[in-house]
Amino acid sequence: MSQQQSLFEKIGGEAAVDAAVDIFYRKVLSDDRISAFFEGVDMDKQAAKQKSFLTMAFGGPHNYTGLDMRLGHAHLVERGLNDSHVDAVIEDLGATLRELNVAEDLIAQVAAIAESTRNDVLCR
Amino acid sequence: MVTIRYAKDNFELDENQSVLDCLTGHGVPVPFSCRSGVCQTCLMRATGGTPPEISQHGLKDSLKLQNYFLACVCHPSADLEVALPDDDDIQAVIPATVKSLKLLNADIMQVVLECHLPIDYRAGQFINLFQNQALGRSYSLASVPHQDEHLHLHVRRLPEGRVSGWIHEELRPGETVEIRGPGGDCFYIPGNSDQGLILIGTGSGLAPLYGIIRDALSQGHSGPIHLFHGSRDLSGLYLTGELHDLVRQYSNFNYVPCLSGEDVPHGFAAGRADDVAFQQMPNLKNWRMFLCGHPEMVKIAKKKAFMAGASMKDIYVDAFNVSQSS
Repeated sequence: MSQQQSLFEKIGGEAAVDAAVDIFYRKVLSDDRISAFFEGVDMDKQAAKQKSFLTMAFGGPHNYTGLDMRLGHAHLVERGLNDSHVDAVIEDLGATLRELNVAEDLIAQVAAIAESTRNDVLCR
Repeated sequence: MVTIRYAKDNFELDENQSVLDCLTGHGVPVPFSCRSGVCQTCLMRATGGTPPEISQHGLKDSLKLQNYFLACVCHPSADLEVALPDDDDIQAVIPATVKSLKLLNADIMQVVLECHLPIDYRAGQFINLFQNQALGRSYSLASVPHQDEHLHLHVRRLPEGRVSGWIHEELRPGETVEIRGPGGDCFYIPGNSDQGLILIGTGSGLAPLYGIIRDALSQGHSGPIHLFHGSRDLSGLYLTGELHDLVRQYSNFNYVPCLSGEDVPHGFAAGRADDVAFQQMPNLKNWRMFLCGHPEMVKIAKKKAFMAGASMKDIYVDAFNVSQSS
């Protein structure tokens, strides 16, 4: 087992995503800075999207493209989505991982992956 | 060679090809996103054959039991007949004879149906009942397979409701109607039998809950089961005698009838069923939730249950949407 573990494996793989998704979604919904963007959405579909996002941010398998990110958020950018909201999401993501006792250096790596989507999410 | 059947077409599955690639390659508009079995966008249902276990990984148990699967990670070794979740003609129409009609309260009629063909359902799912080919409505199943001989529905008479009006006024025992189903994923799943269950319903939202409760109890569910059934006033509640009997019979079952109107006699909780439930049960971590009835109540209660600690995968809902063209 000398092969180096990937970030996704170090965090705990799909089981970690499953553990994180409810906590993360709850944080986002109770975060006054961003909760308005989640009003009226189908909660099951949203949870599936969160799971997909967390899998990517944890370094797991995904097929997200910059274009998907742009298409998925364009209607929110029209409603005023900006840098401060992306900051809030990344903060909530870090708090979720801390609650799950993930090491700080791994949290920093996850935050960096989430950060790399910023310009696509904000469609610029 | 494995064949994938979709609608009326048969497609041959190439080696190492997923069902998703096979179908989209032939122009079937299956939605997809991650292509790695994570995002669940390409959810489909096997209507013939059994999907491989790996293609059901991560799905809600109620979906697994109904042979739903993710097309992008589905590599079957035997033929499969598949449909998209919203394909309307996923099921055949079944004739059923009306065995009895009985008013449970002033507005709610119990309809008992004997199917001409065996129907494989779970208590809490719904069927569509057709007045004629073009006009049908969904009703939840209050009966329990193997316990009740026939299908039981609770039909609330809606003001100017075409189908409910027909059922209340014109339908007679002995007549034959057409049904299609079952559908829906709001039902009891055996296992984890010491988990607590909370069921919240308004009006005829009691129908699926009454089925789910009796199903869980008959399958030996040992955890606490709390039912909160709400109405405006006393005349809107029903099956109270039967539910009190269940309380006497099963020490783990608790029934809380709730009244949101002004007149609340002794023995009833004051307030809306969802408010009473969340007051009595502030921490819902590890509880399994069933929410049925008025769509607005269901929507609000779902969010509240989740925020109070219930896991998303443990929340089952059945929102009674009223047709706009009723």
